[in-house]
Amino acid sequence: MKLTLKVWRQHDPSSEGSIETYEANDIPEEASFLEMLDIVNNGIIEDGGDPIAFDHDCREGICGACSLTINGVPHGKESAITTCQLHMRKFSDGDTIFIEPFRAKAFPVIRDLVVDRSSFDRIIESGGYVSIRTGSAVDANSMPIQKDDADTAFDAATCIGCGACVAACKNASAMLFVSAKAKHLNSLPQGQPEKDRRVLKMVEQMDKEGFGNCTNQYECEAVCPKSIKSEFISELNRQYAAATIKEAIG
Amino acid sequence: MNLTANSFIKFYGSSIGKKVIVALTGLALIGFLLGHMIGNLKVFAGPDKINAYAAWLHSMPSLLWMARIGLIVCFVLHIYTTIRLVLENRSAKGNRYSANATVKASGASRTMFWSGVIILSFVIYHILHFTARIGNDYDGYIDASGRHDVFRMVVDGFSWWPASLFYIISMSLLCWHLSHGFASVFQTLGLRTERTWGLIKATGYAYSSIIFIGNCSIPVSVLAGWITY
Repeated sequence: MKLTLKVWRQHDPSSEGSIETYEANDIPEEASFLEMLDIVNNGIIEDGGDPIAFDHDCREGICGACSLTINGVPHGKESAITTCQLHMRKFSDGDTIFIEPFRAKAFPVIRDLVVDRSSFDRIIESGGYVSIRTGSAVDANSMPIQKDDADTAFDAATCIGCGACVAACKNASAMLFVSAKAKHLNSLPQGQPEKDRRVLKMVEQMDKEGFGNCTNQYECEAVCPKSIKSEFISELNRQYAAATIKEAIG
Repeated sequence: MNLTANSFIKFYGSSIGKKVIVALTGLALIGFLLGHMIGNLKVFAGPDKINAYAAWLHSMPSLLWMARIGLIVCFVLHIYTTIRLVLENRSAKGNRYSANATVKASGASRTMFWSGVIILSFVIYHILHFTARIGNDYDGYIDASGRHDVFRMVVDGFSWWPASLFYIISMSLLCWHLSHGFASVFQTLGLRTERTWGLIKATGYAYSSIIFIGNCSIPVSVLAGWITY
């Protein structure tokens, strides 16, 4: 395949970035998107240039490291996959592909396509955990949990924290991420005692990090590689209002 | 008491708190729209019915003013809070994509601010036109029973086609606004579940359509000559 790439290049957080054009020749259809970038980078290095920086790790869709906004859509337009799971056969020979970093003030660009997503870590630190010592794994069924609750908690827990929800949101809101993390822990008995505090703290930290406000457009849900549901956002809204009232009246 | 006040100040300062305020005030305005439309449709029942209805409303000035003040408070809070949210959102997004794409967001959801601005200009015109009656002599319209002749005011008001056209355009934008806003209220207040979501959205579209058809039927009927005196 022969492709034209329009790639965001930015030397460091403080420098001005711009879109640079690269010709990608002889790209095999079976290559993943990241492998395609590896091939392009090899060419850039051979020519004595500076390779395109991008995040990657497991390359099997479970770590949440890879990012990239491809033709305006985080992780590309195929649904429920990460960039590393996107293959070049989904593109046509001669295509022009725009590759940009995940855009949000709370995700500052470190270099080229690599962004700093540590704001997500700080949200988790603010309340996305269970404080009690859980000890070693308990016997199965010693703490009965409804099947529906267990399934929902697991669905929420599949969030890999990649940040595509923020990148896709017109307002750079992190509500899908925060609601998934809150839902995961709030659905389980171990998470119940700290439920209200968790919701208040995580939302407070989310706002402090400079994420935008959800306007119920559901772009986040559409691009989420793990298909996290926007109904979790609705539940977080309700839990936040309820926790505020409980806090106010003591 | 101090803790209570602090909790609510913090709530209003938060992203979710502001959204809840927009949703609650929006819900109050959505409810008003239906009541206002049902009252206005009395114009089809003839001059006596609508004039009597208007006289009945004005016979309770304290209640009428309480409702008016409540509506103004909702309207101002809805707009002020939305402006704050929009400014925060613009600042949160920073750089836009060179290749911008929309996967799921509806046209209505992406134009809420601008449809809102036009609705605001309509509301100002509408109040000056029929409530404050500025720039016209509708105050002098009195029917045979000595009541304000609302029927004649409506017929005269809509007989000028540019006014009717502006009303119809504004109503279509209002319903465009509601087509996103109605379901959004439920999402923001946490009243949505997977099972009820389809029903909530369908109700929102139906409600918007009823408001559009009901309100537009009046200027259309006047222009068509179906309502006349």
